[in-house]
Amino acid sequence: MVDAVTPRGPKPRRRFSRANVMLYGTLIVVAAYYALPLYVMIVTSLKGMPEIRLGNIFSPPVEITYQPWVKAWAEACTGINCEGLSRGFWNSVQILIPSVILSIAIASVNGYALANWKFKGSEVFFTILIVGAFIPYQVMLYPLVIILRELGLYGNVWGLVLVHTVFGMPILTLLFRNYFTSVPEELFKAARVDGAGFWGIYFRIMLPMSLPIFVVAIILQVTGIWNDFLFGVIYTKPADYPMTVQLNNIVNSVQGIKEYNVNMAATLLTGLVPLIIYFASGKLFVRGIAAGAVKG
Amino acid sequence: MSSSSKSRKPSGLFRNMSAKIASVPMVLTALVVFVGGTAWTVLYSFTSSKLLPKLNFVGLDQYERLWSTRRWIISIENLAVYGFFSMIFTLVIGFTLAAMLDRKIRGESIFRTIFLYPFALSFVVTGLAWQWILNPDLGIQNVVRQMGWESFTFNPLNDPDIVIYGILIAGLWQGTGLIMVIMLAGLRGIDEDIWKAARVDGIGTVKTYIRVIIPMMRPVFVTALVLIASGIIKIYDLVVAQTNGGPGIASEVPAKYVINYMFRAQNLAQGFAASTMMLLSVVIILIPWAYLEFGGKKRG
Amino acid sequence: MKTMTHLLASAALVGATAAHATDLEVTHWWTSGGEAAAVAEFAKAFDATGNTWVDGAIAGSGGTARPIIISRILGGDPMGATQLNHGRQAEELIEAGLMTDLTELAEAQGWKDIVNPPSLLDACTLDGRVYCVPVNIHSGQWIWLSHGAFEKVGLDVPADWNEFVAAAPKLEEAGITPLAMGQQGWQQNLAFGTITIAIAGIDAWREVSVERNADTAAGPAYKAVFEAVANARELARNSNVQDWNLATNLVITDQAAGQIMGDWAQGEFQVAGEVAGVDYTCLPGLGVNEVLDTGGDAFYFPVIDDEATKKAQMELASTLISPEVQVAFNLKKGSLPVRGDIDMSSANDCMQKGLSILADGNILPSGDMNLTADTQTQIEDLMAEFWTSDMSAADAQARYVDIIASAE
Repeated sequence: MVDAVTPRGPKPRRRFSRANVMLYGTLIVVAAYYALPLYVMIVTSLKGMPEIRLGNIFSPPVEITYQPWVKAWAEACTGINCEGLSRGFWNSVQILIPSVILSIAIASVNGYALANWKFKGSEVFFTILIVGAFIPYQVMLYPLVIILRELGLYGNVWGLVLVHTVFGMPILTLLFRNYFTSVPEELFKAARVDGAGFWGIYFRIMLPMSLPIFVVAIILQVTGIWNDFLFGVIYTKPADYPMTVQLNNIVNSVQGIKEYNVNMAATLLTGLVPLIIYFASGKLFVRGIAAGAVKG
Repeated sequence: MSSSSKSRKPSGLFRNMSAKIASVPMVLTALVVFVGGTAWTVLYSFTSSKLLPKLNFVGLDQYERLWSTRRWIISIENLAVYGFFSMIFTLVIGFTLAAMLDRKIRGESIFRTIFLYPFALSFVVTGLAWQWILNPDLGIQNVVRQMGWESFTFNPLNDPDIVIYGILIAGLWQGTGLIMVIMLAGLRGIDEDIWKAARVDGIGTVKTYIRVIIPMMRPVFVTALVLIASGIIKIYDLVVAQTNGGPGIASEVPAKYVINYMFRAQNLAQGFAASTMMLLSVVIILIPWAYLEFGGKKRG
Repeated sequence: MKTMTHLLASAALVGATAAHATDLEVTHWWTSGGEAAAVAEFAKAFDATGNTWVDGAIAGSGGTARPIIISRILGGDPMGATQLNHGRQAEELIEAGLMTDLTELAEAQGWKDIVNPPSLLDACTLDGRVYCVPVNIHSGQWIWLSHGAFEKVGLDVPADWNEFVAAAPKLEEAGITPLAMGQQGWQQNLAFGTITIAIAGIDAWREVSVERNADTAAGPAYKAVFEAVANARELARNSNVQDWNLATNLVITDQAAGQIMGDWAQGEFQVAGEVAGVDYTCLPGLGVNEVLDTGGDAFYFPVIDDEATKKAQMELASTLISPEVQVAFNLKKGSLPVRGDIDMSSANDCMQKGLSILADGNILPSGDMNLTADTQTQIEDLMAEFWTSDMSAADAQARYVDIIASAE
């Protein structure tokens, strides 16, 4: 496997060449564009409403207040429920954990079977799966309501877990299949000679070797499922609403005037979990993507 | 890299039994949800189902109505504009940023972290953040006016003609980081000798990228295209959060039309017809590609 | 698994029935300030019966909430009770046997005699059976005018739509937006309907909206309507808000002079501490044709196979229509009560106007009862486009005629 971290591009010749200044200049400008919204959200969430109305969205808060955060987390109202986002947070956690585990377990085995144990028709199913990744979810929303109803899973958390597993399958299977395909064939053959079977090779050889791709899959799924809005709204009831749906509810149930600071605090709170995971695992993310996605 | 040699002689039902059992969830998903669900939706798009699915066939009535509905036409136009620019800008920006980061620069990981973090955020969060920044009374327009440029106008979210570009700005912000990372990984996979050879031959940097590196990265571009395209067609949350289709119906998108007619207007069949049209376009573009990429070639 | 849950649930409920405490999840889309205060009255009254109101508020307008509510009922996981606008929305759900028949309760309590106007109960009735409880009467045909805004430009508060239009140039000069308008299809459609009644008159309106006569829709009376709406569109040019209550807030804070909105806007004025006749004026039927439609909200009770829940559903149904709750709820909501036999003397200026129109019988059936959700969505889409683009009045009318001609 290729070391994914060392830059391979052409070396810049001199430190202060014109090209270098342009390069860094461009990067800094672009970085500012990317960082701007986060900065604006943070400063807005720390201002009081009068300051927001008079001031400039880019200026730092004159008087820092944490009240919007407190309100967003514990007091913001939807109808007569004034529990803020906290309830949605725990709902999201309850949806997230089983969904991530189940979807990755299934997709990794799928990918492994597709890469190493092809059978008649396996590629056909895989092709269907990949095409399925392009089908707008909306097309399958209604049939899924019927399927879940028949399974008796409609409206509870497990129904939503199933939906996340189904819709996460194409991209995850692609990821794992590509990764396992790149595992040297000799390893696989040697294990076969030793008499290891399907599950033996999976657990003893493939699994330990594929930590990076699992990390990628976990990151993709955690962010994807945490950030889901559509399925949460359709397949759960208000008591089980995930955090994104609650965020939308809080931001859209305007009572009197729009409290932009509370909205921004709520928005940040909702983005916090994936952001933390991302910042904590940034390098692994890149490394994993390199190992998996690129070999398409 | 081919792996079919690992499973020579696929004879008999019981060969590879474990693999087949392990693939049951995939097969079920592919057949029941993707094929079955899709076929169901297509079938019922030829009916006059309102609130509940019923098999009263009405031929192509739903499609005739769909294509004579202004809102659907606007949705399609928006998707085309968004899709076209999103595809191009995401690839160009993603690749350019990756190439810049690949030039042994200082602080690479800081830049990379900044470019990628929006990808961790949901479309709802993205939409709300940009709605706030583009707010004419308090956002960028206001800030520039405060600085003295009184006539400055930048109010895409309230202008029907350009609202889709306001959404595009937010969409690019969220999605380019991922493509950059994938491109960067692809660049790292390219042998350093290529660069040495190019330098010896006196080929310029930009030229090397275009003539040598990009063609070598074909698989990476394919992966990137898959990711971008599937994101474009599904665009929904971003629009709901940022503009909710407004002003008026100027930023409607097909996915929203589907949901709206299926549930709100209580005209299931109309929603099904709209989703079938989305599907049709996906199929026309993708089937040949998917076959080439995953079907035929790998069999060797 | 489902059976298991059911068994457990019913076991728990059997135990609970003795203590009379059943949790009933109630979904609705009342989330603005005034609305939330009103719904709290329901919750309070229901909790007083020993049961528990589990609030399932869904934010956004009915357009956001209805799909969620309907898909849950269809998905076999219904809530205990839900708000729906009565009329044609629930017909198919009733036909599919998903809604509880309330006829027995209705007969026992004599709803036929107390509900006024009777059309409200008719809208809840299908094939002679009653399926919903009407809780209030909402009318859309109001314009709300800010006294402050007119004082600022030294004009009297207009008495009708024509005076309002005449005052617009002066308001604009003073930097006041004449007409506040939320940029959502249903609000623009509501304004359209209201202007129609004022400009084209009730007969023309009835021919088009009730009898779906496309010729009248194409005629001169509606031509004048579309021209008036095109004019109103210019008056609302500077109104950048989305939600209806943000638009109302523009009127409350005197940034805008008026808003065409249903009587629920009154709840917002009340929450803001404004007094009818002093800080703001309301004109039913835009002051031209003083009529109101009698749409409104109703509660439906999805069929749930559980005795304790059924019992609680019936208790909720009778709570909602009881005299005390009707008074308390409607005073907060700014809507009119569904029974004519209660004392509403504590109601303010605007509600009194509504009550007297109601007493005179100047009422119209609401759009929900006449047109399907499908047709209404098409009209809303048209209005959304018309109000935000430069579409000519003639084009809009032509497309409106097409929609009416194909309506079922």
